[in-house]
Amino acid sequence: MSVIARRLADAFLLFWLVVTVIFVLIRMAPGDPADFLVPPTATAGDAARLRTDLGLDRPLVVQYARWAGAVVRGNLGESFSSRQPVSRMLLDAAPVSIALGGISLLLTFLIGVPLGMFQAAHRGRALDGITTVVTTAVYAAPTFWLALALVAVFTYGAATLGVPDALRLPAFGIRTPGVILHGWAGLVDLTRHAVLPVATLAAVGAAGIARYSRSAVADVLTEGWVSTARAKGARPARLYATHILRNVTPQLAVLAALSLPGLVAGSVFVESVFAWPGLGKAMLVAIQARDYPVVMGATVFYAAAVIFANLAADIALPLLDPRRSVRPA
Amino acid sequence: MKRVLSLDRVTASAIALLALMLAAAVFVPIFARHDPLAIGDVLALRLVPPFGHDASGGWHLLGTDRFGRDLFVRMMLAARVSLALGVGGSLLAAAIGTLAGAGSAWLGGIADRVVMAIADALLAIPRLVLLLVCAALWQPGLLTVLIVLGATGWMGVARIVRGEVLGVRARPFVEAAHALGVSHWRVLWRHVLPNAIGPTIVATTLGVGNAILLESGLSFLGLGIQPPRPSWGNMIAGGRDLIVAAPWVALAPGVALIVTVLAITLLGDRLRDSLAGQSAPLARQLGERT
Repeated sequence: MSVIARRLADAFLLFWLVVTVIFVLIRMAPGDPADFLVPPTATAGDAARLRTDLGLDRPLVVQYARWAGAVVRGNLGESFSSRQPVSRMLLDAAPVSIALGGISLLLTFLIGVPLGMFQAAHRGRALDGITTVVTTAVYAAPTFWLALALVAVFTYGAATLGVPDALRLPAFGIRTPGVILHGWAGLVDLTRHAVLPVATLAAVGAAGIARYSRSAVADVLTEGWVSTARAKGARPARLYATHILRNVTPQLAVLAALSLPGLVAGSVFVESVFAWPGLGKAMLVAIQARDYPVVMGATVFYAAAVIFANLAADIALPLLDPRRSVRPA
Repeated sequence: MKRVLSLDRVTASAIALLALMLAAAVFVPIFARHDPLAIGDVLALRLVPPFGHDASGGWHLLGTDRFGRDLFVRMMLAARVSLALGVGGSLLAAAIGTLAGAGSAWLGGIADRVVMAIADALLAIPRLVLLLVCAALWQPGLLTVLIVLGATGWMGVARIVRGEVLGVRARPFVEAAHALGVSHWRVLWRHVLPNAIGPTIVATTLGVGNAILLESGLSFLGLGIQPPRPSWGNMIAGGRDLIVAAPWVALAPGVALIVTVLAITLLGDRLRDSLAGQSAPLARQLGERT
């Protein structure tokens, strides 16, 4: 128990350090957000008034203390540009990103792990070599390029090849604009809009996971008990689905936590290309508009997600692999 | 079954591809008949499809963009930027990482804890978020992207070098060097650091692919290389709203990028495998996409 408590404390310290580093980086930026925010006809006096209003004329330390004090009380401040509470904006945007990321992460593992196993089973042969080149190519593809390529195929390609309308996928947005759909029809509409963004993120993710699981499974395959199981007549399907999967599960749990940063990066691009109103898009807009409180809010969310996912994997590891249990000295 | 794709064939193809890309990046913009930057008669030249002729009879391998500029020549001009930034950014990150890792392991104590805490903090944020925040700090451009790539990519190398230095400094030959009166820095440079060179080379090679991807991402979002200077990322961004009318404008530069990063990654993988065997946990750490 004390081990977990100490790790929790470490994680919290790390979280605070991360948030502070980003806060300082942002406030070191040359150029004044007030100059971005005032209307084009505003005078220098107007900008100065706004600067005072937003507290941007105070020393960095004071700004930090104010912000940190508010965050501790659960207040992330309000957006410079829309004057909405940042927590409200995050609550609006986060579900979109979490759903997008969650489903993609699930698919990533459902596709990537069996693919890696397949490669490991055929390692050294042509099939493995070709699959490696393909997964590495997908892994090497920028997310935004893959997204655009899918749009080109499923809109342009579908239009020129005369594919039925039902299979032509919408390229932008989260639901069909101007139409209010309820129940089943609404869900179908949402799903159709989600296919391309999810496919993009899942493809890039699965390629990475396949690369990793290939070598992890190949390691397990060299162990003696695999030969024993085979000699005793275990069917390959059963061998892979139970014994080998169970042996790589701890590594996969760590990998799930480690793949969060990549997922975040991917979602920034995917939300930007497909115009999804998620966190990535909100943060990108905020960075370009120098809307500091929103950037900080998104950073808090991302840092918390990444750090606590790593912590969860750390704590879960001994449960998944008893050999790694930590005994208090 | 025979080994069809043997180790060396993949490595050789990767090296050949990279050499070809490098040669094309150097020579195509020099000898091309089309100016990659000048905008001529837009209406007559724009959006020529790949392998097509424009109104004045000029042939374009990959067609032209919305301003009638030849895509292939622009792509190769962009390759210069992307390759230079990829290699430069990764080397800079490796240099910072070696310095930070070796320094903190060698000095120990407070310095070690501070450097590693900063590395942990930077590793806990998605690198793209860090890049976006940093790129918004300064004027977007070549130097900014280079510095930002170096400043956000050093942590992996720092950890590797720190681990190696900690492992090596207790070995007898280091003690022997000290006993012979060799200065601290010379021991570090001559006897300790060479032991960390293998994993560092692997991390740097794989880092080049990562840096190219990140640079293209920044440029795609308008925070990296600024038009009219082409980079693969801003060329893809330039073709974004033409994806239905003229998909080649956005897709062609991406193919060049994928081929390059693919070759670098396959090469890095081979280096890693030959360095550490397949099971070393150190090798496993290398090459996570960030």
